[in-house]
Amino acid sequence: MNNEQLIINNAVDKAVLADYITMLSDNSMILGHRLSELCGHGPSLETDIALTNISLDLFGQVRMYLQYAAQLKDEETTEDTLAFLRYPNQYRNVLLVEQPNTDFAYIIARQFFFDAYHALLLEELKQSTDETIRAIATKSLKEVSYHQRFSSEWLKRLGDGTDISHEKMQAAVDHLYPYISELCEASPLELEMQATGIGANLAQLKAAYFERVNSVLEEATLTIPENKWTQSGGKKGIHTEHLGYILADFQYMQRVYPGMEW
Amino acid sequence: MKKQWPIWEVFIRSKNGLEHRHVGSLHAADATMAMENARDVYTRRSEGVSIWVVESKHIVASNPSESGELFEPAKDKVYRHPTFYNLPDELKHM
Repeated sequence: MNNEQLIINNAVDKAVLADYITMLSDNSMILGHRLSELCGHGPSLETDIALTNISLDLFGQVRMYLQYAAQLKDEETTEDTLAFLRYPNQYRNVLLVEQPNTDFAYIIARQFFFDAYHALLLEELKQSTDETIRAIATKSLKEVSYHQRFSSEWLKRLGDGTDISHEKMQAAVDHLYPYISELCEASPLELEMQATGIGANLAQLKAAYFERVNSVLEEATLTIPENKWTQSGGKKGIHTEHLGYILADFQYMQRVYPGMEW
Repeated sequence: MKKQWPIWEVFIRSKNGLEHRHVGSLHAADATMAMENARDVYTRRSEGVSIWVVESKHIVASNPSESGELFEPAKDKVYRHPTFYNLPDELKHM
């Protein structure tokens, strides 16, 4: 998508809209980075390529969001300054996506939990009153539908596979489940955007999300964790220790060689 | 080696109207995964509009030691090639 083609929304405060769009991109950016760490390390050639494909899809979406956000901001702001020159507390991604690639079961659980949310979110954003967000959501949904298919098929195979794969998959699900409720907890910014008709209605999305997640977990013969304890903070910029390490890697080139291009 | 997933052969149709062509193989635990792997490994540069996968063990292959009796007899039958006709330039895919 070229910058010229972007239709700027004049109906709302541009700074607030830019913040919302940046927030949308942060989940895809951090998860995309986590998946990129697996390039050349996938458990098999086929899964390695699949996970890096997903990473590239996510970064493609990030670029569309950030090009739009940069246009809404001042002259100095570009997609690169938004991606690479913010501090950890300025990233608004959920804690789920920054969790490490502990093993393949964790990678699949994290992916599945996010994909199920991502697809529902994009369905909502396809109805956004903002024309550019609508266009990005429509294009991204095709990619994310595939991501969801990939991660849920793997979740079922590992959950309903051998004793060892079941045990590992259950451990990953138990570990990551407390992080997923944050996806559907609307922050003040999200509520404001929902009120304008631009943003998604997360409260409405929540029931469909848990229905989807729980039904796939059941199909995978996995136990839905009973622990009601949840973990959140990412939407407020309060992150787990992992994000700092991610950004140290992610921002390295722009921090060491400011303004570098290739 | 027994723990390795079975091998699948992948066939891609590059556009509607053309035939599926063999493009390579991959490992996958079952048919659904084979299809997804084929999509990820072989169509990421827009190579196709349709995919077939078939587990390699289902392919019946000719035996190299029988190549003589299978293929040699055709070699001196030049009259079986349609090279004696003049084809119009507009005719494609012949």
